Amino acid sequence: MDNILRIDMGAPGGPKATMEPVGAYAGLGGRGLTSVLVSKEVDPLCHPLSAANKLVMSPGLLTGTAATTSGRISVGCKSPLTGGIKESNAGGQAGQVMARLGYAAVILEGKPLNDDLHVILINKDGVHFSVDNSLRMLGNYATVDKLRVQYGEKVAYMTIGQAGEMKLGAASIACTDRELHPTRHCGRGGPGAVMGAKGVKAIILDEAGTTLRAAKDPVAFKAAGKVFADGIKKHAVSGQALPAYGTNVLTNILNEAGGYPTNNFKTGQFAGASKISGEAQAALEVKRGGSATHGCHRGCIIQCSGIFNDEHGNYVTKQPEYETVWSHGGHCGIDDLDVIARLDRLDDDFGLDTIETGVAIGVAMEGGLLPFGDGAGAIRVLEEVGKGTPLGRIIGSGAGIVGKCFGVERVPVVKNQALPAYDPRAVKGIGVTYATSTMGADHTAGYAIATNILKVGGFVDPLKTEGQVDLSRNLQIATAAVDATGMCLFIAFPVLDQPETFQSLVDLLNAFYGLSLTGDSVVALGKTILSAERDFNTRAGFTAVDDRLPRFFEQEPVAPHQVTFEIKGEELDKLYNW
Amino acid sequence: MELTVKLFATFRDGRFEKAQLDYPPGTTLANIVDALRIPRDEIGVMLVMGRHAELEHTPAPGDTVAIFPRIGGG
Ligand code: SF4
Repeated sequence: MDNILRIDMGAPGGPKATMEPVGAYAGLGGRGLTSVLVSKEVDPLCHPLSAANKLVMSPGLLTGTAATTSGRISVGCKSPLTGGIKESNAGGQAGQVMARLGYAAVILEGKPLNDDLHVILINKDGVHFSVDNSLRMLGNYATVDKLRVQYGEKVAYMTIGQAGEMKLGAASIACTDRELHPTRHCGRGGPGAVMGAKGVKAIILDEAGTTLRAAKDPVAFKAAGKVFADGIKKHAVSGQALPAYGTNVLTNILNEAGGYPTNNFKTGQFAGASKISGEAQAALEVKRGGSATHGCHRGCIIQCSGIFNDEHGNYVTKQPEYETVWSHGGHCGIDDLDVIARLDRLDDDFGLDTIETGVAIGVAMEGGLLPFGDGAGAIRVLEEVGKGTPLGRIIGSGAGIVGKCFGVERVPVVKNQALPAYDPRAVKGIGVTYATSTMGADHTAGYAIATNILKVGGFVDPLKTEGQVDLSRNLQIATAAVDATGMCLFIAFPVLDQPETFQSLVDLLNAFYGLSLTGDSVVALGKTILSAERDFNTRAGFTAVDDRLPRFFEQEPVAPHQVTFEIKGEELDKLYNW
Repeated sequence: MELTVKLFATFRDGRFEKAQLDYPPGTTLANIVDALRIPRDEIGVMLVMGRHAELEHTPAPGDTVAIFPRIGGG
């Protein structure tokens, strides 16, 4: 990963690629590279859809190596949804191939001169551009089906669906999995809209003729890799629960703990929760000949995903994960896994963030467009996005816009990005993360659920205010660093609990790059990333008032615990205190 | 005293999802998990009426007790 590939989509005479050495960005990868680069090179006051924005795609520091579960790709830009900096990462095969091709980053810049749809092929010989307007307004599934006839099965596809072409705020970038299903999305914050604005429908990454990236010290790398993999395997969460039930195993525990947002955050428990729980979902998948254990990319040994078939045994979608099941399920009062799987399939096909879209539909329910619990209605409304109707464009623009269009007061967004599947009143640590993350409301940015609910990495009582800011800060710093490595965030469960697994991750980096990092250097890396992001947002005009939850969380107590979010603004403002 | 006991994930195997069970007064969570032959070191989280509780906790009559193995997601 010694090179950066810059593609100027606005060059006279058509797109132009230039290769340059990684230079000042050496030692960075994933979110580290995207955020530092966006913060340095993108005008924070630019319009996110303008020529001045850049779409930066970067594999993690360990992506494309033999290290297990390390295949993430980060995408960064100025977000069309939040107006702040954005990093969104996904699994699938793209990250590994981009890394093996030697790119620390591929960057789309400029703005095309006309509205042609471009396809970009990147292989060991270089970059090839073509125009394919026959792909216009095709979903991700049809797009990949069409492209695979020409480019084959042994490549990774990054594509946008209708939502990206329409440049909507919830538009994602799809990455194909091992079966070439476009199911792994850089979803949050609208990166698909930026790809659409650059006139790019698909990026095809071909690994033919490449090899695994080689470590500086192969012996130490292999040894550290073994300790790391053993640590993942022996931890109960990454070794047993995630492979068996997937992330949706969380439905029951959040519901029991009274932190499961139901009917657009009206209450903290959902009567239909057990019907859509991970236990029910895994049993149904197995019964229908799908699978409850599946890896989104080569080399994942956790395999939290699965395959969801319909009642006739035909593939519908990958196993919808917890946040997706929640956003289309409890949040909308829907307790039918088949409806939820159908909605997930449509999100993936149109290229929409499942959290933003499900929350948007729930807000539309609150606004009277359709009743809570109306599964058939939810499918109908979502199908409007694929058709590009005015209603579809509103839904695809995210929960904030839907709230405005339907006159709703209770709109669960921070920095205009929808809250995920944990009520911040009943799980206060995650509320701190939602409020203060540079990304807008984002659970992954500092996953306090681990410590507030799951008792991983210690325990901080979710219903108390004490200790939540410190918890969220530490998690946000650690997460930023993990997001730079290309490791799937689910390695955090063993890493938080088992010191030797944490050490083996540091050893992997050291052996690969010939470095002598310590735990402190990891913390320093996390802070560097967050500081770059925070600096961008400040220059984009964000202030302390943007680091707050919507007022209703402070005013409306949520059942069953009858609690509000009462962590003071002054406390939240101490998050970035370094 | 009567309690509602709910089990999740692998703890359901060979046991139950939800049951109303009768216990002598003063029964602790430790007594409950031992009686169910749930190895204590496999327990991730116990919630009594939606609040985290430890093995020495004594539920009140009518309480709901939820017992989870170590799980995670996100
Ligand atoms: S644990 Fe899940 S999300 Fe992470 S890499 Fe594996 S399959 Fe993908």
